[in-house]
Amino acid sequence: MKTPYSAFSLLRGALNGQKHWEPAWRDPEPRASYDVIIIGGGGHGLATAYYLAKVHGIRNVAVLEKSWIGGGNVGRNTTLVRSNYRLPQLHNFFEFGLKLWHNLSDDLNYNVMFSPRGAMFLGHNDGDMIKLAERGDAMRCDGIDAELLTPKQIAKIEPLLDLSRGARFPIDGALIQWRAGTARHDAVAWGYARAADALGVDIIQKCEVTGFVKDGNRITGVETTRGRILAGRTGICVAGHSGHVAGLAGLRLPIESQTLQALVTEGVKPMVQSVIMSQSLHFYVSQSDKGGIVMGGDPDNWPSYARRGQPTIKEHAIAQAVTCMPALSRLRMLRTWSGVTDMSFDGSPIIGPSPIDGLYLNAGWCYGGFKATPASGWTYAHTLATGKPHELNAPFSLERFMTGATIDETSVGPFPNHR
Amino acid sequence: MYQITCPHCGPRAQTEFTYERTTDSVVDPAGDTHAAMQALYTRANPMGLDDEIWRHTYGCRAWMVLTRHRVTHEIRAVKAIGPEALP
Repeated sequence: MKTPYSAFSLLRGALNGQKHWEPAWRDPEPRASYDVIIIGGGGHGLATAYYLAKVHGIRNVAVLEKSWIGGGNVGRNTTLVRSNYRLPQLHNFFEFGLKLWHNLSDDLNYNVMFSPRGAMFLGHNDGDMIKLAERGDAMRCDGIDAELLTPKQIAKIEPLLDLSRGARFPIDGALIQWRAGTARHDAVAWGYARAADALGVDIIQKCEVTGFVKDGNRITGVETTRGRILAGRTGICVAGHSGHVAGLAGLRLPIESQTLQALVTEGVKPMVQSVIMSQSLHFYVSQSDKGGIVMGGDPDNWPSYARRGQPTIKEHAIAQAVTCMPALSRLRMLRTWSGVTDMSFDGSPIIGPSPIDGLYLNAGWCYGGFKATPASGWTYAHTLATGKPHELNAPFSLERFMTGATIDETSVGPFPNHR
Repeated sequence: MYQITCPHCGPRAQTEFTYERTTDSVVDPAGDTHAAMQALYTRANPMGLDDEIWRHTYGCRAWMVLTRHRVTHEIRAVKAIGPEALP
């Protein structure tokens, strides 16, 4: 048993120079075989391993990561956590996750700095407000908090927004979810890794999957840069690179990989209290606990695995944010980065069995994977443990694209590059 | 951001162009439903070269096929679109 993180441990350590701390997780050599192999040591993969061990008692599990823990999309997102979706399949799934978020630090014995500060979608015209009211109603029907705000109420929360009628995009109101907020992304990866490791899961870094071991129509293991590893069940969990890894098994997925960018400014005193988003314009702004303003916008709408984006896309998001909150124009940009996202063909994820026996899929998170981390891990662990989807991820099957049961929140159709 | 050499206009900024889909994702009107669903809803999405249909939307509006690398962004070839460019 690892030393728990607590005030008592810290005090005890003060007597011996804090020399009793161990590494948060081991660095094991891969074994010849496991009950379950999870390809991809991102937030979702680590969460899956944790819930497999904790909820289902399956501890003979390996998480294979091609680089290092926390180096992929779990370290590249804008850390927003919310469940304010219009469609019931989506908001029920994300709400299950949001409930896990609220207790995650205690559950993992790791401070993920979850901060339910409220997340609001701005409405800029009558059409927006009707859509937001409809969304709020749909959420409340399923017991999820949502509240429509008037411009006066918004001004109390976010006084720096331009709420004048002369604004380029006048703000008519907003829909706020108070229980939504932000979390510290790195801590989520590290917390899940540490907790999964403590339950016996092997986290194997610098181990890239280069192929699959096939026996008829069954996957029985993986070929890696550190040798062949056999598995009872294999789960792909590499959002961003799902097309590539599934391609190694001969699958063509309803996914196209695109670059998504984000940026952060220098740290300043508190100026953005909540998470501000606009879907009509498409930007999102929040302030990190260090004080930097974190911003993002649209993905680059063409396929790329390059993890570097077009400056014009960033400029677009910044221009929109500055129009709505003019004070942001005074800040200097500190850093920008990109991640590779799985853009699925209906904007919703894919979690469930694949057409190949023994192979399971967790993919297609578009630009909304971080908030899903606990729910994705929980339902994928259930799917890997039982071979069948959990009721929450049953709608997110791969077959839905062929049967027409797509879950298209924005009603765009089969266009990953138009979302 | 890079430049794309339009077969009609020469090198232009990429922001003038829009991506549509890959050449193997074009629905064949003579094909069966399964093939149409595969074309509409799946992609090879390789970490390498693919043949992509782009349009010079904010220029001459012509369609073209780019053979483009999805990691390095190298553009190996640009072909004006026509019967010979599509399967």
